[in-house]
Amino acid sequence: MEIIYVYTRKRSEFGRPCSFSDRPAKVSVDIPPDPSMASGFILRNPVDSYVQHASDMSEHEVNTERVEVESRGVNHVEGGWPKDINPQEVEQTIRFRKKVEKDENYINTIMHLGTLMEHCVKQNNAINIYEEYFGEEEMAEVEDEPPSAKTINVISKLTSFFDVLLSKRDPNVTKRTATHLSWHPDTCKKLAVAYSSLEFQQNMKDMSFDSYIWDLENPNKPELVLKPSSPLVSLEYNPKDSHVLVGGCYNGQMAYWDTRKGGLPVEVSTVEVSHRDPVYGAIWLQSKTGTECFSASTDGQVLWWDIRKLSEPTETLVLDITRKGLLENALGAVTLEFEPTMPTKFMVGTEQGIVIACNRKAKTLAEKITSTYSGHHGPVYALARNPFYPKIFLTVGDWAARIWSEETKESPIMWTKYHLSYLTDGCWSTVRPAVFFTTRSDGTLDIWDFLFKQNDPSLSLKVCDEPLSSLRLQDNGCVVGCGSKLGTVTLLEISSGLCTLQRNEKTLATAMFERETKREKILEARHRELRLKERARSEGQETEVEEKPVESPHEVLDRTRREFFKVIEVELQRRAQAETQHLPSAFQVKDHAREEAAAQGEESQLPKEEEEEEKDAA
Amino acid sequence: GIPIRTTLDNSTTVQYAGLLHHLTMKARSTVRDIDPQNDLTFLRIRSKKHEIMVAPDKEYLLIVIQNPCE
Repeated sequence: MEIIYVYTRKRSEFGRPCSFSDRPAKVSVDIPPDPSMASGFILRNPVDSYVQHASDMSEHEVNTERVEVESRGVNHVEGGWPKDINPQEVEQTIRFRKKVEKDENYINTIMHLGTLMEHCVKQNNAINIYEEYFGEEEMAEVEDEPPSAKTINVISKLTSFFDVLLSKRDPNVTKRTATHLSWHPDTCKKLAVAYSSLEFQQNMKDMSFDSYIWDLENPNKPELVLKPSSPLVSLEYNPKDSHVLVGGCYNGQMAYWDTRKGGLPVEVSTVEVSHRDPVYGAIWLQSKTGTECFSASTDGQVLWWDIRKLSEPTETLVLDITRKGLLENALGAVTLEFEPTMPTKFMVGTEQGIVIACNRKAKTLAEKITSTYSGHHGPVYALARNPFYPKIFLTVGDWAARIWSEETKESPIMWTKYHLSYLTDGCWSTVRPAVFFTTRSDGTLDIWDFLFKQNDPSLSLKVCDEPLSSLRLQDNGCVVGCGSKLGTVTLLEISSGLCTLQRNEKTLATAMFERETKREKILEARHRELRLKERARSEGQETEVEEKPVESPHEVLDRTRREFFKVIEVELQRRAQAETQHLPSAFQVKDHAREEAAAQGEESQLPKEEEEEEKDAA
Repeated sequence: GIPIRTTLDNSTTVQYAGLLHHLTMKARSTVRDIDPQNDLTFLRIRSKKHEIMVAPDKEYLLIVIQNPCE
């Protein structure tokens, strides 16, 4: 329906002045309502309507520059005395005090305050209202807490866009790995970190050699910069004298610092008598003078030093397991372990996957090396004795961590499953006997509680994206520091469930270790019996040639390869099945890609297996 | 604040007096910020080693340090 109103005007009348006049309203169009359309409407009751009265606001975000804060102290001198009285003069102060005491106001106030105070003091004396009630009940609650850990500090130093207030990073442009961490022995508020680049021959020219001591209260600037002549690979505080640190350098020298004397080393060992390879392990010895330390490196030597005289080592040992002392046969040492309660014995983890236990006090060279434990496919990156059971030690290398007992030399008593990434470092917890920590090359920190669960870590935390290279637990057992490949050191605080001793834990752990050790011993005994029997049989039947199918090395290789792939395929299928059950099909593609990567990773392990087979067959 | 009468040695007393004076001021202003009609009558700080009790007044401050019962 169109409503048109036409307004006409003669052309000659355009432009005339308007003269408006009033006239009554005139209906132009009248459209009556159409009742038939009323049915199309639905009555709505109630009707929601809203009203808002608010002032207009706008949101704006600003990120300020990180402010560097410095703590300073203020010396407060006794003040408040009136001008004419010199606070140093005893007579004047006494006189002033006596005057005040006679003041009436003073007396009244004291009376009033005195009664008030008396009341509270009496309260205190009557009942101790803050005592621990229900002390027993609290213990039961602790077990239910799920294990967790939270980051309390990240040490790195570039200007960061993190909103975390405390960040500590390596202040240099070329990132270096944090290869070793050492906590200050007394206060645990300071952390010494050794930075170096462990890539072979990739030292850039502008890479600095410095290593730092960080104070946890001041994460922006290192407390002390240590300037060695070559980057430090390992660094340790002297447990007896907390100002002294010893460091092992990348070029094989040893240097020691006194923090009171500044950043340059007090003394450096001479190059000719030092190691020929980076010093991977440097530990202080327990001695009366507190100045002895020893070091190990991949050149196969273990050297003992007295830091007062670093011009030559006091003792040397060549890690040759054929016990002939030949440097050519020596195994390269990657980690060193020393337990202060057993001062003459120490252990070395080697690049070849063998752990050597040695006795320092032995007279002949042959006796120096007491026993060897081989069980890792790759270098043993970490070696630690259990602080509660010195006979049990943990080795970390290749893709798993193994727990050994000193008595069983052929195989570990317990081990973790094989992971997808290399394990780089590990250590025991200082408070709980069955808990240990490991770091992986995918940036994850695992906390294992072997009493609770042996298949998986109790807690697995992704700390950062780059590989973690070193790990160190603070002496109280609650804070752990991990260093990464790019030089970031992260400090994590572990939930109290993982760092407080549970009831019966010691007895349970003892029982567990004994059980496993016994099991291994029985297995070892059986193996020995079987071998003896074989030998007896072969000796008795000299004329009869053994009907063993003699396979050529090639056939052995082929057979192993086939078996290996079969095992992998079975495992992949099992995993695919497990995951298709849980995840919708959209995720299967991602899992498939991941499995392929895992398969590839495992295939690259094949050349190593081949080498081993060749060695065995040869 | 100036110690008028004390049973401890001077340096400790001076330290306690100075620090607790500021703390009492702060506590009193906190109490009055929440309720202007209110005022601080007594302040008790219990630490691991002892209990410090402070009774403030307009001009003077009475401080008592006590060993807890346990």
